[in-house]
Amino acid sequence: MEPVLKVEDLTKVFSRSGQQDFTAVDHISFELMPGECLGIIGESGSGKTTVVNMVTRLLDATQGRIVLDGEDITHSKGAQLRKAYQKMQMVFQTPTDSFDPRCTLGDGIGESLRNHGMSAGETQKRVEQLLQMCGLPTEFASRYPHQVSGGQCQRAAIARALAIQPKLLICDEATSSLDVTVQKEVLALLSELRGQQGTGLSILFICHDIALVQEFCDRVLVLYHGDIVEQGIPDDVIQNPQNEYTKRLINSIL
Amino acid sequence: MKEPTVRVQKIRRDSVKTRLIVFGILAVLLLVVSVFSEYLTPCDPYLQDLTIAKAPPSAEHLLGTDRYGRDMLSRVIVGSRTSIFSTLLLVAVITVLGTAIGVFCGWHGKWVDTVLMRLSDMFLAFPGLVFALAVAGVLGGGLHNAIIALAAISWPKYARIARSQTLAQKETAYIKAAKLAGSGAGKIICKHILPNIIGPILVTSMLDIGTMMMELAGLSFLGLGAKPPIAEWGSMMSDTRSLMNTAPWITFAPGVAIFISVMIFNLLGDTIRDYADPRNRGR
Repeated sequence: MEPVLKVEDLTKVFSRSGQQDFTAVDHISFELMPGECLGIIGESGSGKTTVVNMVTRLLDATQGRIVLDGEDITHSKGAQLRKAYQKMQMVFQTPTDSFDPRCTLGDGIGESLRNHGMSAGETQKRVEQLLQMCGLPTEFASRYPHQVSGGQCQRAAIARALAIQPKLLICDEATSSLDVTVQKEVLALLSELRGQQGTGLSILFICHDIALVQEFCDRVLVLYHGDIVEQGIPDDVIQNPQNEYTKRLINSIL
Repeated sequence: MKEPTVRVQKIRRDSVKTRLIVFGILAVLLLVVSVFSEYLTPCDPYLQDLTIAKAPPSAEHLLGTDRYGRDMLSRVIVGSRTSIFSTLLLVAVITVLGTAIGVFCGWHGKWVDTVLMRLSDMFLAFPGLVFALAVAGVLGGGLHNAIIALAAISWPKYARIARSQTLAQKETAYIKAAKLAGSGAGKIICKHILPNIIGPILVTSMLDIGTMMMELAGLSFLGLGAKPPIAEWGSMMSDTRSLMNTAPWITFAPGVAIFISVMIFNLLGDTIRDYADPRNRGR
């Protein structure tokens, strides 16, 4: 089977004049199979978000290749990149900030549909469907982001990400800013959606909470100072950590 | 328990709306008066009658007369056209031009940003009125050239505001989300960036109406703006400031007119900013 996402030798070096170069991500490679959920864990500053920003092409990679669904998108721009975004969507860390304060949630959710040529009427219907699918009443389409709670907003963000039926969903700390009970609800929603879509939806789940990863992911990568120090099935990694940093990470929770 | 909160917010929302309507009507009224100013004057604003020169306010001449015996009320009314229209035109030009340049610089970055921003630094470093004098000197006098001269030195302020706001917006999660939704640069700028940065720009331009009115008056005073006998509030004030002790009404009448119109536009600007923000429109 062809992987949905293939990352080879990906590297990001931040260089500023007068300062030493900083390698945020150091030659990492991984693959994501259709229907799989891959977790990436690591402490803050370990390069998780940099990896995500490079994969979504919000940040240029210094070196390496990103192949999405058989297509090399490492240097794609403009129309080609917009095409890639039909296959890849993201849920951000801070739900309220990820919606334009001057647009309604419905506008935000429907934006990708409108951009890909759907009519206003159809978009509205589809937005209502999406809201229901994510467990929100349809009248939320006309609400502004500041009028709903963080958990509700994150559900709307998931609805937005799923609007154009992507093959790859990236969750960048999507549950980190929510409180524990809401976190559970959002995870339950993601699991349910995965169940519905089968191999049609792969998830890249960025998190710093190893317990959540154990619960939700098929496979996990442990990132430390921009390098993958350990990978495997979450249960194995947690029960039998090989790397010094992974041991510390697990001890800190237990 | 729920009712009191709802009521407070409803009152707040209504008051913004009421303010918007009141100041909107006042501003429109001001514009209407200035458009039809020629038909609203009680006397001929250009008719000189030296026998009643510097006459204090009376029933016949409500605001008195100036040193040539011209009716001050008529002159203030006629002057509104030159003053208000040229000021609004000037502010509109610099707001649109400055914002466009600023947003472009902020969004595009790289060398275009560097070149245009250094250029705006040069304009900012120059003493404003001196540069305006030079431009007006090269192009010749007249109101049009005064507007061009002031526009040339005033756009950098707007470019700076728009640029810094755009840079801040570019980093927000919702702009990233818009990119991921497949929106192009034009759409992101028009739909997401402009509505979010227009508030402070609008307030600056409304506050600038007063300043620009005075600067146009300054140029008129130096003979590079409105030419006498055209009635223009600024030049009317400057011309007669030597008469402050003997006939203060001649200076006060246009002064009060400037004060009132500047205040109306300032308050309107504040209200539009409050109203445009959905966060103020009730929860």
